[in-house]
Formats: sequence, C-alpha cells, structure tokens
Amino acid sequence: MFDGTRPLPAVQGPSVTLAWRPLLRRAGVLLVLALAWELYGRWIANDLIFPTFLDTIAAFWRLTVSGELPARAASSLEVLAMGYAAGLALAAVLVLFAVASTFGSELLSTLTAMFNPLPAIALLPLALLWFGLGAPSLVFVITHSVLWAVALNAHSGVRAIPPTLRRVGENLGLRGWQLALRILAPAALPAVIAGLKIGWAFAWRTLIAAELVFGTNSRSGGLGWLIFERRNNLQIDEVFAGLLAVIAIGLVVEGVLFRTLERRTVDRWGLQR
Amino acid sequence: MAPAAEPPVLALERVSIRFGAVTALQEVDLTVTSGERLVLVGPSGCGKSTLLAAIGGFLAPSAGRVLLDGQPVRRPGPDRMMVFQEFDQLLPWKTVSQNIAYPLRLAGVARAEARDRAEELIRQVGLAGFSTAYPHTLSGGMKMRVAIARALAARPRLLLMDEPFAALDALTRRRMQQELLRLWQEHGFTLVFVTHSIEEAVLLGSRILVLSPHPGRIQAVLDVPEAPTARLGLEGELNRLLLPETADV
Repeated sequence: MFDGTRPLPAVQGPSVTLAWRPLLRRAGVLLVLALAWELYGRWIANDLIFPTFLDTIAAFWRLTVSGELPARAASSLEVLAMGYAAGLALAAVLVLFAVASTFGSELLSTLTAMFNPLPAIALLPLALLWFGLGAPSLVFVITHSVLWAVALNAHSGVRAIPPTLRRVGENLGLRGWQLALRILAPAALPAVIAGLKIGWAFAWRTLIAAELVFGTNSRSGGLGWLIFERRNNLQIDEVFAGLLAVIAIGLVVEGVLFRTLERRTVDRWGLQR
Repeated sequence: MAPAAEPPVLALERVSIRFGAVTALQEVDLTVTSGERLVLVGPSGCGKSTLLAAIGGFLAPSAGRVLLDGQPVRRPGPDRMMVFQEFDQLLPWKTVSQNIAYPLRLAGVARAEARDRAEELIRQVGLAGFSTAYPHTLSGGMKMRVAIARALAARPRLLLMDEPFAALDALTRRRMQQELLRLWQEHGFTLVFVTHSIEEAVLLGSRILVLSPHPGRIQAVLDVPEAPTARLGLEGELNRLLLPETADV
C-alpha cells in the first residue's frame, strides 16, 4: 500500500531506444529477407537465374564504385523530376480551375474518370510517334501518370474542407486567390500529400517500365535501361543490382522525403489521425 | 435643440431572406447601438442564425438593407468578426498565437506588434502558456477562447456569435459566459449573440430580440433589467413567449 513516506519510483523518461524501435524492426525484417534470399540463391546455385544476395551486393558495389549505377540513377531521376514537376503544375492549374468554377469542376471530374484508369505506359507507343525515342517521350508518360492521381486527390481534398473554415477565411476578408492559397491549400494538404505519394509511385514505376523499352539516348539510359541491357548480356547479378537500386530509391523517397514532409505539416497540425 | 441621437452601429431595414419558396426572415427592422449586447433568441427554424449570417455578409438579403455604420454590407469582412459554434474554426496549421495574430497580420500590422497583441489577448482569455500550442491539442472550451481572442484581435465594429457555447459542457459553458461578460467590460465591444437558451439570453444580453418561426419575424424586443429579481421575471416572460403551452406549469 502507498503510505506516502516512501519516494515513488522515478518516472522513466522516453528513452532514445524507443524512437529507434520501428527502425530496428524494419532492419530485422530486411535481415530475414536477405538471409532467405541468400539461402535460396545457394540452393538454386545458378547465377544465370537467381544470383545470391551477396553476389547481388557485390555487383551493386561494383557498379556503384565504377560510377555507372549513380549515373544511371541520376539519369532516371532527372527525367522523373521533369515529368513530376510538369504533372504537378498541370494538376495545380486544373484544381484551381475546378475550385473556381463548376465547369472546371465538371471538367476535372470527367478527365480524371477518363484518364486515371488508363495506364500511362499505354500511351508510350503514341508518345514515341509524337516525340521520338528520347527523354520527351518519357516526360510525357510520366506527366500523364502523375497528373490525374494528384489532381483527383487534391480536388477531393478541397471539397472535404469543413465549410466553417472557408467562412472563417471569408470573414477575415480573404477572397479568390488569397482564400485559395491561405486557407484552402493548407486545409487540403493531407489529401494533396496522399496524391503526391501516389503520383510518385506511379511516376517511378512508369519510368522504369518505359526505360525497359528504350534508353533516354544511345550512350546512356536510366536504371530501367540498365536492367534491360544487362539481361541481354546475361549479367543477371547486375540486373538484380539494378532492381535493388530501383527499390532502394523508392524506399528512400517514401520513407525519408514524404515522411519528413508529413511530420513537419499534417502530423504536427493534427490533420492526420 | 434636441440632442443628436448616437448613430447606430448596425441597422437592418425591412430585411427579408427567402430560400426558394421558403421565407426564412420577413421584414426585420433592427438597430444596434455601440456597446450594446443584443441577444437573438427563438426556437429552431426562426431564422436567428440566418439573420446573423446576413449581418456577417455571408448571405445577401432577398429584400431590404443591412447597414454597418450607414454603409450597406456587401460581403464578409473583419469589421464583423464571427465566432462559430464549431470547434474547427481555428486554422489547424497555425499555433494559438498565430491564429489570434492572423487578422492583425492580414490588416498589415507588423509581425512583432501582432504577436505582442496576441500575447496580451491570450493572457486575457486565460490561456497563458499555450501560445505555441496547435489547436488540435486544445479542449473544446480552450478552442472557443482562442476563437473569441482572434475575433477581438481584429477590433471589429461588431462581434457576432452563433450559439458559441452550445457544444460545451454545462460547467465550461457557465464559465465562458462569465468570461465573455468580463471581456465585454474590458473591451466594450458591440455584441450580437444568437442562442436558443432563455437563461443564456437573460444572463448575457442587455437587450433581447425574440424571433418567431415560419416565417422568421420579430415577436418582441425586451430590455434586460439590472436587478436579479426583475431578471427572473423576464425569464418568466420569455418562457411564456417561447413556450406558451407550458407557461402555467
């Protein structure tokens, strides 16, 4: 029983290890997967079909040190950035138009209903006809893959804003652009970020898929082109290294870039969960 | 020579508001003078919130005029700050201090001065120490205090409140009513307050406007006396006006 004379046990502050626990769990899962891969690779014992984890890491290291892998990744990311930026800009214009007028709203709903289910890669043959073999065709299909996902999410985000918040903005004397930028845009941010994440995933996989068809130019291509090239040369460990790079970049963008953005905005404001 | 009457802050001239075939308000005439606390009271559907929305400029009258200092009201503006009932009226991406300073910042007040005035208001509404808190970490009553502080920061000609305490628990509501009266004594704002509670109307108002429904129109205008016993009598009269069938109980 508590008699009031004994000091209470000191309250343990949140320890540093607690913050690292999710990361440790993730690392544990990755370790198990790597081990399974290694064992399976050794059991198959055929480099032409399934190289082991250690072989893949060695190839990854070799390609990184030679500078080829970073160059290919940079080439992919450069094209991706152009397409992503173009997609975001077009989405912003469409959403602003949709917020400003009922015709714009109907236009956006119709366009997203038409184009969102259409795989961007299906437009590649047409893009090749219009823009030829090269970066412009890739940028075109990436723009298409980003645009509709982002526009759809942002638009539904704006429509879900509580009417009170809009009235508060009007009460403060905000109208038109000012209201859109100062009140509606931050209020719709959770949906916008969700759209950005989906758009990123679509863009990344569309790019790699498109690169499997051709490189950005004859001398160097992106990661997808590297994968395709090495398969033709039967350098399967380097194919795996290329795939590993695709996965790693995806994880970093999702886990670091978007996570940080969310922590600094919607998490801090209590707009998410 | 007769002394010139003080010009009203707010004047409604034969204001009617129709939604399609439904008449929400019919030919309402009303003046509010500076420093007054006018309470609009009436049953659901009597158009009291509609009337407040028209004063706020959120709703254009179908007929008649709403005049603020003699000028027709055309749109919402920070000269008529509205405090809503909903807790989500604070901007979630701004801290308590930033929310309160925001009307000042929009009016072009320098950052440092806006922050100082926000801090002063934070102290006055009893939220010292919560300047840097984000709204989602506050209780309902605290959010309401921030909303009131933000409205006062704009130094509006009119403070409009639409059933602000209806969603609060009874104890918090009682405390907020007392604090609103205290803030009125400090700031001397002109208040138009909507409620469906007779008790609240008598406690907060200096004048009470009773609205009757279908269509919404003014049924009675009553001055609130100072003496507590007279106030009880007023409550009884309001009960008879609003609930005629139960008045004899």
